[in-house]
Amino acid sequence: MSDTLADKSQMDPSKRTWLIATGCAGAVGGVATAIPFVSTFQPSEKAKAAGAAVEVDISTLKPGEKVTVEWRGKPVWIMRRTEEQLATLEKVEGQLADPNSDRKAYPTPEYAKNRHRSIKPEVFVGVGICSHLGCSPSDKLTPGPQPSLPDDWQGGFLCPCHGSTFDMAGRVFKNKPAPDNLEVPPHMYLSDSKLLIGEDKKA
Amino acid sequence: MAEFKEISPNASAGAKLTNWFENRFPTAFDAYRVHMSEYYAPKNFNFWYFFGSLAMLVLVIQIVTGIFLVMHYKPDAALAFGSVEYIMRDVPWGWLVRYMHSTGASAFFVVVYLHMFRGLIYGSYRKPRELVWIFGCAIFLVLMAEAFMGYLLPWGQMSYWGAQVIVNLFSAIPFVGPDLALLIRGDYVVGDATLNRFFSFHVIAVPLVLLGLVVAHLLALHEVGSNNPDGVEIKGPDAPKDANGKPLDGIPFHPYYTVHDILGVSVFLMVFTAIVFFAPEFGGYFLEYNNFIPADPLKTPAHIAPVWYFTPFYSMLRAITSEMMYALIACVVLGAVLGVTKLKLPSLFKMVVVGGAVVLSALMLAIDAKFWGVVVMGGAVIILFFLPWLDNCPVKSIRYRPDWHKYLYGIFVINFVILAYLGVQPPSPIGERVSQVGTLFYFGFFLLMPWWSRLGQCKPVPSRVTFAAH
Repeated sequence: MSDTLADKSQMDPSKRTWLIATGCAGAVGGVATAIPFVSTFQPSEKAKAAGAAVEVDISTLKPGEKVTVEWRGKPVWIMRRTEEQLATLEKVEGQLADPNSDRKAYPTPEYAKNRHRSIKPEVFVGVGICSHLGCSPSDKLTPGPQPSLPDDWQGGFLCPCHGSTFDMAGRVFKNKPAPDNLEVPPHMYLSDSKLLIGEDKKA
Repeated sequence: MAEFKEISPNASAGAKLTNWFENRFPTAFDAYRVHMSEYYAPKNFNFWYFFGSLAMLVLVIQIVTGIFLVMHYKPDAALAFGSVEYIMRDVPWGWLVRYMHSTGASAFFVVVYLHMFRGLIYGSYRKPRELVWIFGCAIFLVLMAEAFMGYLLPWGQMSYWGAQVIVNLFSAIPFVGPDLALLIRGDYVVGDATLNRFFSFHVIAVPLVLLGLVVAHLLALHEVGSNNPDGVEIKGPDAPKDANGKPLDGIPFHPYYTVHDILGVSVFLMVFTAIVFFAPEFGGYFLEYNNFIPADPLKTPAHIAPVWYFTPFYSMLRAITSEMMYALIACVVLGAVLGVTKLKLPSLFKMVVVGGAVVLSALMLAIDAKFWGVVVMGGAVIILFFLPWLDNCPVKSIRYRPDWHKYLYGIFVINFVILAYLGVQPPSPIGERVSQVGTLFYFGFFLLMPWWSRLGQCKPVPSRVTFAAH
């Protein structure tokens, strides 16, 4: 190697310029080729198309009962809350991180920006995925002291992964790992007992 | 090209064959000399020095068993769980291959943790072995990625929700996070696309990187030579050497350490096979019970925890709550105040320190604790890379350090084990406090090392290694 360039004055600067230019062109080509490969990591057209709206009949849902349906691969809870459960919403408001659902990470639709976070006060529709790391919280509907929960527990949901707690409207309690309330998906009533999850009137 | 070596026509057939190859492929013969028969390793290795070769053995076990598992496994969300059960029940001896692979994953981390601890106590990361240590830390990081992606493949409840949680960690990164998580999953939730790409990474991409790093780790080691329990350089300019320039305190790796390591391999295989045959689930620590339930995207198991080898880092992730952020901000402010008042730095640099602390504190208040939890968990691994430059002790080996260093290292290990224990437990208020203290200790151990490692009176280091012939 060393004897090929024994004398620096023999170096041909125009050749070197072209070598550098060729190297840069090669690098650009390499990056351009990498783009399609990285793009294959994106959700496929099939995965995007799977986000169709889901129709649910809630006529048989009794007060205090919850059903889970799948929408875009996520669990969506539909729960008909009892009068007592609705009454707890006001009591816990002081302990909540965002009682009025003002935070923007998972924007709450306008029609659910109220204390019960729903169109009909008793029927809660929410995505059962913790806003922390995506676990599905479990039902802790019985009020009173119990493991992993405070002694003045009024009923709600507990995320088993990192202990975030949510009230009966999916609002997160203060000082918990979860940064936000449970997401309320776009939804609307097709009739009094038919719910459509995934679309709302403005769309 | 090297000179062609002629051999006597009366030589044996074996010698002729060797000569034929040596003339055409001298590189292999040189490599054998450099890395085996003429690689001089210190003669005073103790049992801690088994774990490097054991890590190589486990790597081979994982690759061989992995090849055979891929012949029967189906990377499809609808078929994966069933195909693992098929391997366990219907494939002849499939259960053995699968249990060797699952036990091998845990065994890998056992030997790697012990191997890293050896480096820690004997100062094997110190000059001139910084790169050996850095390649080793990179191997550890890549090994974690390999284990994590492999754990999704059985498609059980723990596989699914573990992946869901870890991939969502990336979405905590401000601005790019949600898109990055989407790019990793390839879908809006962990699904078939995720399983397929994790399979590809687990069986091809990551093992290739791992093998490359292992080669780099060994080449870098053989360039500078092995450290030893005394931390004495056997190949340095002042080290005693024989007439041929070979170190007097070194012995050729082959046959001395190859034979020596066979003892370690035998003991290791006794333990390994005992686990494979009698306790492959290891009480739910090597194979978690929830993973015998097929993945259900609609229902999270009541308690999810990562496999044991991730739990110290998982505990640190869970320790970072919004309350903890105030403690961390206090640490940043305290560090900046001490840095400015106690250290002799140019005033411009002091202003940079103050400015940096203010910006960092503001960011810590502005960005959610979830993101900082991810930063702390990642930082706990990344900080290991900087160890060579954090340690200011005049001697390498724990043998000649002040006695209280031994207790400090002891507490460090106990703290690490406590964090690991808390990581498998369900969240609890007491556990949260303990893990917060443990996290602060873990980082304090490393970040304050430049200061504490200089304190105390070191013992005199001998000029030769301590070795009693036997």
